[in-house]
Amino acid sequence: MTASNNAHASPAAGDPDRLRELEASQPRAIHGSWARRAIPIGAVLAAIAYLVFSVFYFEVPRVIREARFDLIELYALDLYAYKVHVTKEVGEPEAVTVQLEGSRLSEYDEPPAWVSLSGDTQTVDLGDSGSVTMQPGLVTIRPADAKPIRVRATEDGVKVLSGDVPDRLQISELKVDARLDTWARVQITKSKVEVHRYFLGWANFFYTFDSELKGKSLGELVDLAFFSDKRLSFDMPNWQFILAEFWGNPLWQHGAIFWAMVQTLIMAIVGTLCAALIALPLSFAAAYNVNPLKGVRFGVQRLFDSLRAVDHLIWSLIFIRAFGLGPLSGIFAFMFTETGTFGKLFSEAVENIDRREPEGVQATGASRLQKYRFGVLPQILPVFVSQLLYFFESNTRSATIVGALGAGGIGLKLMQTIQTRQDWENTLYIVTIIVLTVIAMDSISGWLRRRLIGAPESN
Amino acid sequence: MASDTTAPGSGLSGTAARSLSDRRIEEIESSYASVVRRRNLYTLLMIVVCTVVIAGGFRTAEEANSGTFWGGITALFDYPADIIGEAIERGWGWFAVVWKYVPALIETINIAILSTLIGFVGGGLLSFVASRNLVGSKPVVWSMRRVMDVTRALPELVLALFAVLIIGPEALAAVFAIAFHTTGALAKLFSEVNENADMRPVHGLQAAGGNWVQRMRFGVLPTVLPNFLSYGLLRLEINVRASAIVGFVGAGGLGQALKTNVGWRHGADVAAIMFLLIATIIVIDYVSTWARRRLTGSAGVI
Repeated sequence: MTASNNAHASPAAGDPDRLRELEASQPRAIHGSWARRAIPIGAVLAAIAYLVFSVFYFEVPRVIREARFDLIELYALDLYAYKVHVTKEVGEPEAVTVQLEGSRLSEYDEPPAWVSLSGDTQTVDLGDSGSVTMQPGLVTIRPADAKPIRVRATEDGVKVLSGDVPDRLQISELKVDARLDTWARVQITKSKVEVHRYFLGWANFFYTFDSELKGKSLGELVDLAFFSDKRLSFDMPNWQFILAEFWGNPLWQHGAIFWAMVQTLIMAIVGTLCAALIALPLSFAAAYNVNPLKGVRFGVQRLFDSLRAVDHLIWSLIFIRAFGLGPLSGIFAFMFTETGTFGKLFSEAVENIDRREPEGVQATGASRLQKYRFGVLPQILPVFVSQLLYFFESNTRSATIVGALGAGGIGLKLMQTIQTRQDWENTLYIVTIIVLTVIAMDSISGWLRRRLIGAPESN
Repeated sequence: MASDTTAPGSGLSGTAARSLSDRRIEEIESSYASVVRRRNLYTLLMIVVCTVVIAGGFRTAEEANSGTFWGGITALFDYPADIIGEAIERGWGWFAVVWKYVPALIETINIAILSTLIGFVGGGLLSFVASRNLVGSKPVVWSMRRVMDVTRALPELVLALFAVLIIGPEALAAVFAIAFHTTGALAKLFSEVNENADMRPVHGLQAAGGNWVQRMRFGVLPTVLPNFLSYGLLRLEINVRASAIVGFVGAGGLGQALKTNVGWRHGADVAAIMFLLIATIIVIDYVSTWARRRLTGSAGVI
């Protein structure tokens, strides 16, 4: 790699005679056989051919042409920003309402500092994006980087009076829609004018508008919790009330999401654990060195195969009809699929044991049961524990999917936030919780595996 | 667990003058007893923990569930009985129903193959940058590993759902979602294979003046490729299931068909789709187990 290495590179370099000599004495090492060189080239060509086929099969050009990539920016913005709507009805020239995300439930009591009122004229300061002035019948949009645009808005209709009409302005008889930049947007119809301004962050993450605690800093909260004489609630101490208000936040639903995550974990862990406990005795019946009856072995092995072949999801669809929506169907889905998986893995482990240990136990006069308990079980216990831990982790991830499609838990919550197409910040919040939980399960199970089995493992 | 201790040497301790070996035996005996006690305690603890987890889990799940445990247990197989019954009612006509879903099956398999291919190449490239023995810089390896953690932890369904919103209900949404997840999952497995690779060929190439790319291509790749292929096949098997699942959010294939028919309660169609899916999974399971045995020379477990 370094220059010094290159200086005394292979001795044959620069010596054509020596190279030819080597070539003659070691023909296979330098050129290799035709087949050996053809296989990798053929594999690469086949892969490329398949990719070309896929472009047509999945109609990639059409899909890309019709895709709404502009939505990505819009949705992505909503992941980490919130918007405040300033609305003015044409019929009421002196009143504006300021609402968070346009929700009637979260209205500002007083307009924020960036909305200035003077009689029937209101000016909305949009920061770096510019500003908007609303007068009766006339709206003036002042983008930061272009000439002002004047729009007449009366009950008869909407009309752009002056100013360049840039691309970002969508105009029809009924509506003017201007996106000044990513962070600001103005919509003018004949009945109302609406200005959206975006701010970075998650609004109301701790307390919503209707909470007494909105807008309080951490210091104030600590003070209220432990040092203040003011009682916030008649039912509970202040610190409890402060936690309860946060936990029950109606927009972010911290408590509900936590419980949904617990349900998901229960589905994965209880289902997997039950499966392992059921599969352990059955796996002995499927191992040839324990069970001499070929017919029984064949039956148990096919039972494992068929349980395993049906995915968690399909089992959960089946069990939802029996248990109704909820985590019980999820538990049973994991129990059925993983009994098949564990049965196969454990019976392979039993078949691969060292025969001398059970023989030694037998030589002391042990019964059949004792032979398996002290001669076989200790040998397959490491496989049992490591597989169990591995599947705890992998099924936590699967449980979010099974949950999303009906079995409840955090998956269902996630699905709901995505389908509204409005609450992307909640989606990000839930996805973050899922990802952190899965990573935590991953490292806990890896750590336990190393502690219990002492298997050297890289991570 | 319950270990029946027969105290060795208990007959020897009767004499008044205790020999050295007697004391030694007693020492062994007491330490053996303490080990047994501790093991029994651990066993008891494990049994208690398992019982509490299972019992508590079922109770909590039942509270959150819309139906009850006992009501469900008795009706566990009603639904499969229903759909199989409807399929049998159709008689031979049912096979025409099965045939109707073969194009959807082919789409599902194609989604799986393409996304495995993309994930294989992506994961392979990523793994060389994420192996401690191949990259000198620790921060690079550390950050690549965290990237892999996050790509693996993101559920495919979420990505597919998001992709469906952007590109519409197309099979390509499923390809994107599964390929993304596969890249992360394979990169982790591949980097573990790389870290277990024999480093002597790499050192040899370095001594001969090979640069990093050459060392990876001629020193590492030939030894790890069989394992890579084996993991890739295993992933293909997993991805066939995954591509059937992500179809549920409208990303094409068998999943989409299954979702529609489950919703409409077309029992015979549901039975046909499940039959195709299960048969495919069994066939792929056998083929890939056979191929992996040939590649690595052993039963590739996990």
